[in-house]
Amino acid sequence: MSQQAPLSSVNDFVVRFANVNGSGSASANELFARAVLRHGVPVSPRNIFPSNIQGLPTWYEVRVTEAGHLGARGGGTDLMVAMNPQTWDKDVAGIAPGGYLFYDSTKPMPATKFRDDITVIGVPLTAITNSTYSDPRQRQLFKNIIYLGALSALLDMDPKLIEQLIGEQYKGKEKLLSSNVHALHLGRDWALQNLKCPIGLRIKKADKVGDRIFIEGNNAAALGAVYGGATVCAWYPITPSSSLAEAFSNHCKKLRHDPETGQAKYAIVQAEDELASIGMVVGASWNGARAFTTTSGPGVSLMTEFIGLSYFAEIPAVIMNVQRAGPSTGMPTRTQQCDLIACGYASHGDTKHVMLFPEDPAEAFEFAAAAFDLAERLQTTIFLMLDLDIGMNQRLSRPLKWDDAKQYDRGKVMTAEMLDEGRDFGRYLDVDGDGIPFRTYPGTHPTKGSYFTRGTSRDRYARYSEEGAVYADNVQRLLRKFQTAQDMVPRPLQANASKPTRYGVIYFGSTAPAMDEAIGLLEARGCQLDRLRIRAFPFHSSVASFIAEHDFVYVVEQNRDAQLRQLIVTENGIDPVRLVPILHYDGTPITARFIADAIGDHQDHIKVTPLRKAVS
Amino acid sequence: MTYIAKPKFQHPGIKKNALGYSHRDYEGKISTLCAGCGHDSITASIIEACFELSIEPHRVAKISGIGCSSKTPDYFLGNSHGFNTVHGRMPSVLTGANLANRELIYLGVSGDGDSASIGFGQFAHAIRRGVNMTYIVENNGVYGLTKGQFSATADRGSKSKKGVTNTDNPIDLVGIALQLGATYVARSFSGDKKQLVPIIEGAIRHKGAAFIDVISPCIAFNNHAGSTKSFDYVREHNDAVNRLDVLTGRDPIEIDQDPGTVQIVEQHDGSRLALRKIDADYDPHDRLGAMTFLQKHAAQGQIVTGLLYVDPEADDLHSHLNTVERPLNRLEAADLCPGQAALDKINASLR
Ligand SMILES: Cc1ncc(C[n+]2csc(CCOP(=O)(O)OP(=O)(O)O)c2C)c(N)n1
Ligand code: SF4
Repeated sequence: MSQQAPLSSVNDFVVRFANVNGSGSASANELFARAVLRHGVPVSPRNIFPSNIQGLPTWYEVRVTEAGHLGARGGGTDLMVAMNPQTWDKDVAGIAPGGYLFYDSTKPMPATKFRDDITVIGVPLTAITNSTYSDPRQRQLFKNIIYLGALSALLDMDPKLIEQLIGEQYKGKEKLLSSNVHALHLGRDWALQNLKCPIGLRIKKADKVGDRIFIEGNNAAALGAVYGGATVCAWYPITPSSSLAEAFSNHCKKLRHDPETGQAKYAIVQAEDELASIGMVVGASWNGARAFTTTSGPGVSLMTEFIGLSYFAEIPAVIMNVQRAGPSTGMPTRTQQCDLIACGYASHGDTKHVMLFPEDPAEAFEFAAAAFDLAERLQTTIFLMLDLDIGMNQRLSRPLKWDDAKQYDRGKVMTAEMLDEGRDFGRYLDVDGDGIPFRTYPGTHPTKGSYFTRGTSRDRYARYSEEGAVYADNVQRLLRKFQTAQDMVPRPLQANASKPTRYGVIYFGSTAPAMDEAIGLLEARGCQLDRLRIRAFPFHSSVASFIAEHDFVYVVEQNRDAQLRQLIVTENGIDPVRLVPILHYDGTPITARFIADAIGDHQDHIKVTPLRKAVS
Repeated sequence: MTYIAKPKFQHPGIKKNALGYSHRDYEGKISTLCAGCGHDSITASIIEACFELSIEPHRVAKISGIGCSSKTPDYFLGNSHGFNTVHGRMPSVLTGANLANRELIYLGVSGDGDSASIGFGQFAHAIRRGVNMTYIVENNGVYGLTKGQFSATADRGSKSKKGVTNTDNPIDLVGIALQLGATYVARSFSGDKKQLVPIIEGAIRHKGAAFIDVISPCIAFNNHAGSTKSFDYVREHNDAVNRLDVLTGRDPIEIDQDPGTVQIVEQHDGSRLALRKIDADYDPHDRLGAMTFLQKHAAQGQIVTGLLYVDPEADDLHSHLNTVERPLNRLEAADLCPGQAALDKINASLR
């Protein structure tokens, strides 16, 4: 049979589940990932799903990683759970040499359907389910739990820990609980009796998870909106952002109802389109509420006219953009970091917008909450730039933390009392030299403080004016305000190599876990890199200093056109030759292997080529 | 849009309302629209209605889209906040503003280009959501600001100033508003202040989505022979179903002596609409009847004006969403933030 020695590894391998969309496998697969966590072993799962509801293939990949690498690993699959006949050939081909194939052996398969360098494990899942259950839906759902049971035996997992998880999931629903546990043992017992267990891949208890939580970025961002005091959410469904609005709604139902009256301390509107959703956000924010919308690339395209209004009329707005592969409909369920230019400079005319780039759920939570303070402080649009990889995959993340003493920063708002004191109110007066004017909420004062908001040019007292000097004065102030933002947004984080080096790397957002791992791989190759993780646009001055301190700097990002690099070059006037693009854009999450290979190859190359030539 | 403010001087003998405000307190900047533009007459009617209702001017939020009509909020209620948004999107901005603070009075001003073309979707959805607002379309059948193109409310067969005949069917915003569940629907004519002022008053008093279509001839581009939105045409083809008086809670309710000619409709806020019927068998509580009536008269080339439908029991978006009475924009961290204790529980559930 196998000419290749079967893979052998404890707590460090990749299991991939191939399923048919709509077969109810998602919860069983997630249960597997969580069960590994209960063993104290970190996992990093990825959902790979089509932009379709029923019938098409989906995959769920669980990277078991005692070392705690939270990026996707890349490379072949070590254990393939092939439950989808449609993708069989591709799935089998994707198994690493020496890897394992787990399949439903109820119907015999011709030998040509297998490979001789892998270990094949057949479990007659359909036969087992059909002999136990008569209801077709039950057959479907319990089949998933049965394969989970079999896997638990093959990987030497502690069934008690899985039972515990099932117990938590079906607390109070005794019937469901016991039937799930029963199914688990059906699979487990069959495997123990009929197969050689465990296989070469094993889960062994460790203590590497700690108090970390397992959460999707969209869910964390939604909690950030709750904690950040958002009261109005207007949205239009679009993958991969819908689950953010839905999570906000669920959290609000639990956390934001007046206990006495049962009334809601929030308003969520599913708008008719993105034009309306951002319009509602602008209207609500103009009127002093904290408001946000959730969207993805095509939605941002539709919102751009309003984003220009928010910028020019200086109205707070928070847009949570969960990026997916574009342009146009692109690959709606694949990840990219491809909206930097579209968001950073959204709308016609001279505009610039603040963007925040969280690396993981914990930062998604913090930045989402901070976005509301920033929007009100700066009176402009703030983009929270998530992507599908952070948004729709569960990740291990430090627990969410909130400072109970924190008050919201409502920005410069002139009250009736201040107006009565005789304070000079000019809606667009730069009173503090930071480019940020005072605003008043509608209805503040019977005779003072009202003004007319418009997208047309106006003077410092909000009076319509097309005078060139007045217009220039205004747009210059807006630029000043953008500079002020530099010191208000999260700063870049720098980490230096263990030895002094002339090379640096810049990256952001969901690339972070893969980068953390890649640094180790590169060091093993003898490449030392200082790194800078950018967390916001506009860029803090430390970005330019970092580039100045290095001979050249890699800019790693997940898009074709090196959008972050473009922004750095444009905004900081940096010689593009000093920034080497490392680009990944096939819609899958970037991996440590990819980064290490691309940078490593480049480093090898410059050892034999003069610098200037090498980087051009 | 001008920023020339009108002189603040007021004659000591000037008429004051219950709050002690005079007409002047409801005025805005000097209009820059063409002299004779129907929109200015609507501005005057809004001023009159707000004066009559003794509204605190600063408690109104006036929101518009883009167009000559949408400029008008600058010309009334100078002490209230105005927002000239983007073309066709007034309804969403107004909806958001209303969600943020349910205590203000929301006045949406739009044009027929603004609401029936680029903003048709937003118009429809704000109505169907029951946003508590007075939505006024200043309907001239053309794009005034961009110099005279037909709008989607232009009647088929009507002629542009350049002599081009419109071959497309018109959108009747009143019909659509009725169909989408607006709870106060009226049509009037900018030249008929007597009818328009009480209609606006009733709309402001109404809790729910109030829609008023006001035919408002464009002197510059749509007031010629062949236009069905000209002053002359509307005067000749107007068929008013009723005339309206609004009796606020404070006033004694007068019942017209002649029964059958006056119908009193009580609104949510206690105000009463006295409908002086011209058309004896017109029932303003019958949504379906109103739709049929409209269509029948439209087929005869008649423009029906008056309060066409009202549901005095209407509720609004805030009731649908069950939001707290206190405006959302006044909630603080203490009201909104569940704190670390709740977060600890959430963290625990995610392990
Ligand atoms: C996105 C966008 N498209 C086009 C325009 C140009 N535009 C300004 S006003 C207007 C039409 C206004 O017509 P209407 O709403 O009927 O108002 P009126 O001027 O007739 O009162 C148009 C097309 C714009 N401002 N924005
Ligand atoms: S162009 Fe027409 S709509 Fe515009 S101000 Fe002049 S008359 Fe009024």
